[in-house]
Amino acid sequence: MSGILIAIGSLTLIGLTLGTILGAAARRFAVQEDPLEEELKAMMPGSQCGQCGYPGCGQYAAALAKGEAKITLCAPGGKPLVEALSSKLGVTADLSDMEEKVPEHAYIKEELCIGCTRCIRECSTDAIMGANKLMHTIIVDACHGCSKCVKVCPTDAIIMVPYPETVVNWHWPKPETAKANTQVKPEVAHAH
Amino acid sequence: MKLFQIRGGIHPEYRKDITSEKAITTMPMPSLLYIPLQQHIGAPAEVLVSVGDMVKKGQMIARNQGAVSASHHAPSSGCIKEITEVAAPHPSGLPQTTIILEPDSKDEWGDPMEPISDPFAADPRVIHERVAQSGIVGMGGAAFPSAIKLNLGEQKKLDTLLLNGAECEPYLTCDDRLMREYADEVIDGARIMAHALGTTKVVIGIELNKPQAIEVMTKAASAFPSVQIASVPVQYPMGSERHLVQAITGLETPARKLTADLGIVVHNVATARAVHHAVRFGRPLVARVVTVSGGAIREPKNVLAPIGARVADLVEFCGGFSARPESVVNGGPMMGQPLPTLDAPVVKGTSGILALTAEEINDRPTSACIRCGNCITICPCGLSPVEMSAFIRKDNLEMAAKLGVTDCFSCGSCSWVCPSHIPLVHYFNYAKGALRDQDNERRKNERIKTLAEVRTIRIEKAAEAKKAALAARKPAAGAAPAAATGEAKPATEEKANA
Repeated sequence: MSGILIAIGSLTLIGLTLGTILGAAARRFAVQEDPLEEELKAMMPGSQCGQCGYPGCGQYAAALAKGEAKITLCAPGGKPLVEALSSKLGVTADLSDMEEKVPEHAYIKEELCIGCTRCIRECSTDAIMGANKLMHTIIVDACHGCSKCVKVCPTDAIIMVPYPETVVNWHWPKPETAKANTQVKPEVAHAH
Repeated sequence: MKLFQIRGGIHPEYRKDITSEKAITTMPMPSLLYIPLQQHIGAPAEVLVSVGDMVKKGQMIARNQGAVSASHHAPSSGCIKEITEVAAPHPSGLPQTTIILEPDSKDEWGDPMEPISDPFAADPRVIHERVAQSGIVGMGGAAFPSAIKLNLGEQKKLDTLLLNGAECEPYLTCDDRLMREYADEVIDGARIMAHALGTTKVVIGIELNKPQAIEVMTKAASAFPSVQIASVPVQYPMGSERHLVQAITGLETPARKLTADLGIVVHNVATARAVHHAVRFGRPLVARVVTVSGGAIREPKNVLAPIGARVADLVEFCGGFSARPESVVNGGPMMGQPLPTLDAPVVKGTSGILALTAEEINDRPTSACIRCGNCITICPCGLSPVEMSAFIRKDNLEMAAKLGVTDCFSCGSCSWVCPSHIPLVHYFNYAKGALRDQDNERRKNERIKTLAEVRTIRIEKAAEAKKAALAARKPAAGAAPAAATGEAKPATEEKANA
């Protein structure tokens, strides 16, 4: 009988001691960080382009977490980001003035490029290749379409172009069942 | 052989009798051949010829590039007329780079690759190499480069090569005819592939609705104890790789795994014949058997067509249309995709061209779901089509993904069985595409984030280095403006030099 009491007693003692240590440690070493800010930062495009008016994505996320910034400022994030932010923060945003932007990348008209390297310095993802007085070109895979380079080009050699639709990235559109009800023939004739 | 049950499935009207007794006939060489650079899964091939070049039959005109790719060869001798954008044999009808060859009517083979005299004594790598050089891809429809699948033996422990002769799609009889007419070649190809894979056993799965093929193949295989014929029940989609494996071994392939993880590699029977030709005669893949059928075709046939012949040429060879086709389908009626234009060419993965009349398609307006649950009963993947489609209709792709929409392989059984004619499989095709887009977007964003972070770190480092250089070179007044104008990189170099 006493054996079991000793066991229960010692385990309780160990539990209490360890619990106290853990509790104290949690208070002592607590990191002062807004979890919301971290979450928002993860949602940002992360290219630090600065078009929102803040130095980078982290600062914009911090401002958003404090409720100091509008949620419609991020240009590369576009409409999908605004929608995600509005549901995350419970803020309604006026989406009507935000156009539905198709994904774009920058393109350098090479015959117009004078090799001034201004766009290279502007690009926050190192997506432009080139050197002084040598033609530049865009590495499409690294371009996230912030269009900052377009603004600094002295010869208007940079334009934004949509990604081409190819047999590799094409997929079926969403079937329109509502329409199929009224149409004799649905637009996607399929052999079933 | 003991067989196992597979889940779900349907029994559509097979209509294979339209062409099953039509022997394979070679079509006359069309006036132009259109050879797309991308006929396979993976990266498009790289062009090796230029306009005006004279090529011989079997000469490589486009080379595989990248890890997953396939090369392409001239299907006949002639002159390269143009390299341009032509509508792809794809439901989108989008253009893709295509080599246009004008055959010179001689149909002359170039110097063939050296035949491998004793393939069973050769190093498996020699066979892989030959299959890759011959541009062989999976000819059942998916068109995955075969050489890569034959390499699986190096990474995984394999015991069985399963040859897929199930041909469960209605209308199609090209594999049936191939097995009946070229059984020895198919079995020889299969044995070579088994050697390349390092498997001891070859099982050839054939659906019971092809009794002649089973008979001929059994006879041809009797000389080889390692080759077995398994007659599997008639049940769509038995020809799906995973389901055929389950029917024959009883093992279910886990989601997002390969059958190779179970020690089984599946190849199509036509692929085996192509391997036979490549190894025994050094001839690359330049032609394939295509079933041209459907109610709107005047004389349905099994056609041996050169790769690159236009669908219109095949239809013409089969007597043209006897009625207005409601839809022209590339592949079988269940999983095939509509062809927007008859100008698209036959490629290595084209198993059938079906011109279907309105009655055969039986298109009816969609009505509301009556919750009969038929789609759940027949789904061979054990998914719940009714739930997934409801979420997709409301744009909740996340939930659809949780319910496993990416495990759907678009067999179309649910759409076929639905009494309300809900285009279930269309929803899943859309959702899978949209989810893939999202995934690509996410991956790109992560890459962009890394790039931006790396750049920030580099600039910070450069700024520090500049400061250090300035501090070292006291008084620093002269150096500052020069360093400020250029990118900060030179400063790092200065530091390194100092």
